[in-house]
Amino acid sequence: MNWPLTKKHNGEAGGNGHIIEMVGITKVYDTGKIKVEALRGIDLVVDPGEFVAIVGPSGSGKSTLLNLVGCLDTPTDGSYHLGGEAVAGLDRDALADVRNRRVGFVFQNFNLLPQLTALENVEMPLLFGGVGRRERRRRALDQLARVGLADRVEHRPTELSGGQMQRVAIARALAMEPDIVLADEPTGNLDTGSGSDVMSLLTELWGQGRTLVVVTHDKGLARRAGRVVEIRDGLVVTDELAVA
Amino acid sequence: MTSFGSFLRQLARDLWSQKLRTFLTVFGIIWGTVAVALLLAVGEGVHQRQTRSFAGLGDRIVIAWPSRTSLPFEGLGKGRRVRVDESDIEFLERRVEGLAAISSEYNDNLRARYGGRTRLVDVSGVSPVFGVMRNMIPAEGGRFINPTDMAERRRVVFVGNELADDLFGDVDPVGEEVMLHGSPFLVVGVLKAKDQDSSYSGRDHSKMIIPSTTFMALTGQRWVDLFIYKAPTPDGNEALTKRVLAALGERKRFDPTDTQALGIWDTTEMFVWFDTFMLAFKLFLGFMGVLTLTVGGIGVSNIMNVVVEERTREIGIKMALGARGRTVLGQFLLETMVLTAIGGLIGLALTWAFCAAVAGSPVENAIGTPVLSPGIALLTASVLGLVGFLAGFFPARNAARLDPVVAMKL
Ligand SMILES: Nc1ncnc2c1ncn2[C@@H]1O[C@H](COP(=O)(O)OP(=O)(O)OP(=O)(O)O)[C@@H](O)[C@H]1O
Ligand SMILES: [Mg+2]
Repeated sequence: MNWPLTKKHNGEAGGNGHIIEMVGITKVYDTGKIKVEALRGIDLVVDPGEFVAIVGPSGSGKSTLLNLVGCLDTPTDGSYHLGGEAVAGLDRDALADVRNRRVGFVFQNFNLLPQLTALENVEMPLLFGGVGRRERRRRALDQLARVGLADRVEHRPTELSGGQMQRVAIARALAMEPDIVLADEPTGNLDTGSGSDVMSLLTELWGQGRTLVVVTHDKGLARRAGRVVEIRDGLVVTDELAVA
Repeated sequence: MTSFGSFLRQLARDLWSQKLRTFLTVFGIIWGTVAVALLLAVGEGVHQRQTRSFAGLGDRIVIAWPSRTSLPFEGLGKGRRVRVDESDIEFLERRVEGLAAISSEYNDNLRARYGGRTRLVDVSGVSPVFGVMRNMIPAEGGRFINPTDMAERRRVVFVGNELADDLFGDVDPVGEEVMLHGSPFLVVGVLKAKDQDSSYSGRDHSKMIIPSTTFMALTGQRWVDLFIYKAPTPDGNEALTKRVLAALGERKRFDPTDTQALGIWDTTEMFVWFDTFMLAFKLFLGFMGVLTLTVGGIGVSNIMNVVVEERTREIGIKMALGARGRTVLGQFLLETMVLTAIGGLIGLALTWAFCAAVAGSPVENAIGTPVLSPGIALLTASVLGLVGFLAGFFPARNAARLDPVVAMKL
C-alpha cells in the first residue's frame, strides 16, 4: 500500500501546517472530595493525513485526551490549536461549529439516538450544519451506502447488529466530510468479525487523506496506524512511527 | 424551515415514546386551564346576570317617595306630610341642574278585564321617559307610551309580559282592547321579558303602565306616589339628589338634610357595591386560578426536569455532533409549548363545552350563564404559555450549558 509519509514530532509549538497542536495540556477532574489528574501535561502534534493510534493501560487518560482533541471537553490548562486556531478563544457556538464541521467522532458505545432511523441519525450533523432537506438526505444515503448499509437506512438502532450500528456511527461522523476523524475504541464493543470490518473502514478513510486519531486496545488496529502514541498516567511515554 | 416537517415528526415520536409522561403533562395543563377558565367564566356569568337583574329595576336611577318630615323647619313642627304633585315635578325639571330625566309615578290596584277574565292589577301612571329609565323595553311589534299619549290623555296601556300571558292567553295583546277600571284601553305594547330582582311596587312583568295624565283622569289621584330621576352619568346621582332635596325643601318648606321627608333609594349604590364585590370576587377567583395553574406549572416543570434529565445524554450526543445550545434549547421549548398548547386548547374546549351545557340546563337559573370571554381565554392561554416556557426553559438551559462529554456521561 502507498501510505503517506509521516514524520515524528517532538511537540514543538508554533509550527505551521499542523492540524492538531497541543502543548502542556492538563485535565483535572474535581469531584469535590478528590481531584483526579487525568492528564498531566500532554504535548501532541498531528499533521494532516496522519493516522495516530493512542494506546495505554485503562485509566491512563486516552479517552480524556481524545475528547479534548474533539472539543467535547475543555482542558484545565495548556494550549490547543486546531487547524491553526486557538480553541480556547472560541465561544460555545463556535465550538459547536468546530465539532460539526471539522471533526467526526466515533464512540465505543456508538451513541446513536435510539428513536431515530439509521438515515435520520446520519442526517443529524447535516441538520445542525444547516444543510437543506434534499441535500441532507442525499448525502446521508451516500454515506450509508459507503459503509455498506444502503439496505438498512430505515432501521432503528435496536434493529441493527453492533457492527452495523458502528458503521452507522462512522457514516454519521463522515456526513459533514470533516478532515479529522476521531474514534475512541471503535471496535471495543464488537466481535472480531465486525471489528475488523470497522477497522478496514477506518483505514480506508485514512487512505483517502483524512487525519485519523484512534484510541485502541486492539494491537491489530494499532499496527495499521502510521504512528503510535502511548500514554501512561496522563503523560505521553512513547511516540513513534510504526514500522510497516 | 426545510427541517420543520422532520422536526415535527421527531417531536411527535419523542412525545409518543413518553406516552405516560406526555399524558400527565397535558393532563396537568388541561386541569389548570379548566380550573382558571371555568372559575373566571362562572364569575363573569354571575356578574353579568346580576347586573342585568339590577338593571331590570332601572339603569342607575334614584327613586324618591314623598313621606313625612322628621325635623322642625322654620317654626314648623315635625311629622308634617310632604305631598308632591305634577307641578312640583315640572318645577324640579325646570330648576334642578344636571337632571337627565325625571318621571312621576302614580300607583293603584285596578280591575282589568279581557274577554271573560278579570284580574286585580298593579297599575302605574308614568311619563314616557320612565320606559328608558326603568328598562321597560317593548317586545317586538309594540311600543312604550309616548308624548302624544301623555298630551292627549289617551287610554293606552303597556302590559307586563306575564300578565299579558295570563290575561290574553294565545292572543297577541297588541291592538286588543282591555277594560281597565271600567274604561276601554288599547294595548300598545308588551314588556320584553327581563331579569329583575328588586322592586318597589310589584314586578314589572305583572304590571300595567298607562300615561300619568290618563291615570289622574281615570282615578282622580293628585299626589304622586313617587318619582324617579337620574343624572347624565351615574356618579352624578349623589350630588343631584342633594340639589333635588334643596329645591324641593325650599318649595315644600322642609329641611334639606331631613332624611325622612323624602325617602331616597339611589340604585347606583347597589351597582357600585356590587361592582366592588364582584371585582373582589373575581380577583379571588383569578388568584385561585393562577395558584392552580402555578401548581400545575410546577408539576409540568418537574416532569420536564425529569424529561430533560433522562434526555441529557441525547442532548450531549447532539451537541457532540455540532448542535448549538440554542438548537437544543429550542427543541425542548417547542416541545413544552406544543404540550402546553395542546393541553390549553383541550382545556378551553372543555370549559366551553361546560358553559354551553350549563346554558340550557336548570343550573343556569342559579348561577347564570358562564361566559368564556375571549379575554379570559387569552389570559389563561398567556399564563399557560408563560408556565410552559418557564417549565421547559430552565432544565433545558442547564443541560445545554454542559460540555458534551459531561452531558453524555450523565
Ligand atoms: N468525569 C470524570 N470524573 C472524574 N474522574 C474521571 C472522569 N472521567 C475520567 N476520569 C478519570 O480520569 C482518568 C482517565 O480516564 P479515561 O477515561 O481518560 O481513561 P482511559 O485511558 O480512556 O481508560 P479506558 O481504557 O478504561 O477507557 C481515570 O482515572 C478516570 O477515573
Ligand atoms: Mg477510554
